[in-house]
Amino acid sequence: MAENPRDRDVLGYPEPRYERSGLSDLASRKATRRQFIKGIIASGAAVSSAAYLFGCSSGERAVAPAGGVERMLTLRVNGQERHVDVLPNETLAMTLRYKLGLTGTKLGCDRGECGACTVLIDDVPTYACSTLTHQVRNRSIETIEGLEGPNGELHPVQQAMIDELGPQCGFCTPGQIMSAVGLLRANPRPTREEARLALSGNLCRCGAYDHYLNAVMRAAGQSAVSQA
Amino acid sequence: MGTRDMMPSFELYQPDTLEAALDLLGRFGEDGWALAGGNDSFDWFKDRVKRPRYVVDLTGIEALKGIRETADGGVEIGALTTLTEIERSDVIRSRFGVLAEAASKVASPQIRNTGTIGGNLCQDARCWYYRYGVHCYRAGGNTCYADTPEGQNREHCLWGADRCVAVSPSDTAPAMVVLDARMVVAGPNGEREVPAEQFFIGPSIDITRMTVLEPGELLTAIRIPPSWAGARFYFEKVADRNVWDFPLVNIAAAMRVNGNVIEDARFAAGAVQCTPRRLTVVEEVVRGQPRSEDLARLAGQSAVRGATPLNYNHFKIPLLQNLVMRAVRDA
Repeated sequence: MAENPRDRDVLGYPEPRYERSGLSDLASRKATRRQFIKGIIASGAAVSSAAYLFGCSSGERAVAPAGGVERMLTLRVNGQERHVDVLPNETLAMTLRYKLGLTGTKLGCDRGECGACTVLIDDVPTYACSTLTHQVRNRSIETIEGLEGPNGELHPVQQAMIDELGPQCGFCTPGQIMSAVGLLRANPRPTREEARLALSGNLCRCGAYDHYLNAVMRAAGQSAVSQA
Repeated sequence: MGTRDMMPSFELYQPDTLEAALDLLGRFGEDGWALAGGNDSFDWFKDRVKRPRYVVDLTGIEALKGIRETADGGVEIGALTTLTEIERSDVIRSRFGVLAEAASKVASPQIRNTGTIGGNLCQDARCWYYRYGVHCYRAGGNTCYADTPEGQNREHCLWGADRCVAVSPSDTAPAMVVLDARMVVAGPNGEREVPAEQFFIGPSIDITRMTVLEPGELLTAIRIPPSWAGARFYFEKVADRNVWDFPLVNIAAAMRVNGNVIEDARFAAGAVQCTPRRLTVVEEVVRGQPRSEDLARLAGQSAVRGATPLNYNHFKIPLLQNLVMRAVRDA
């Protein structure tokens, strides 16, 4: 299928390339648990888990009939052009996590009911689980990985989340942060109520809502003290 | 299999004109599926209940987007306009506020950012038995699982049961009925305009559909006449959760009040039958009357006449009664 088979995994998908050049070096020298898991997904060493992720390994119409959209896309993700082979039925969350290695975008419910997969499309908070990747061609896609500065400094919302002890388990945090960043770009000085509404599409099972709101208010340069 | 698998494969088409979309949908027939924001469609696909072979993504059709003021003083809203755009539109907020309010109560901010007005109006029933994929009447079978002694029917209908007891789940539909909106429907045989009240159909007319849209037809725009522009409006939605949830009951109202006298009024309630329920009795009760607590109470009582509750939805009767009372009193 590919010119150099080592560039592709067992399913024929391109190897994810990590955003920052240091990461792949880091992975080879110091294999953290996260890097190890990412590596397994990327290399396809665990065939069964890859088939699980992409579901339709047998029985289904694995190959769609010709005539629809071109599968090879160029996506604008975090300011970079990313070339990727995208199935017609693939959600943006799948592409980001399993093709581009951007696992900061979480999949919670996969039904548009939790907000863990929130990313920005042209600065607008959007559920990546409920968007086809083909629907966001030519749009600007921004994930949690794209927020940090050129030297790794945290985005003001990320820093405020730390300062206000925003996350507990942290699973919903990337989505909460993307919703907050989207809010502050449209409305840099929101009221606490406006922030509450802006984050209302993001569930937190730990119930850390007030901490998240404190962080948004701090990032907006306002008093973080709860008025509740 | 868990929930994080792919939806089954389909072929995706992305036309950029309405004509091309209609042509594709006409060619694909029963194997085709019109996709807008996807918030309704993807659940069906992921659950393997609906398995179209060809999906026609309408979101690239620029001509179906946006809010335009019309020469007669009304507005025309493209069916692909997002709920967020409607919620924030100055012209909708200032002249047809009940629609902006209704749009702002749909689901969650992210869903409103991609969800379209056309999709919100055309969405399918939310009965959980039907959504689960059982072979109920609405799915072409011969049973209703919600209307049985054990059936969980807390969310279901008070009126219009006919084998199926599902309700209209839309928040914007009652607002469209109140504003006397016209639905613009395009199909292989050209364009037609359908009043909002007749656009939605119940199970006695066709148990497998929620609207008059025939296969191969699309809702392309909604035209709101100027007749109720700037009226006094009321919208309230009651749901188990403030975000994401579908209404248990919602109410939309428009009133022309002169001094303290209600000269004219339109009322519609959602989630009490399979279509938005125009409350003509309430309109007759309040028309020409001075607003008062007594009138509001009487209007509420008149709204629920003839309601036939199921085992678990009796609470919707006082709920609707109170919502109508508040609309008359507070609009």
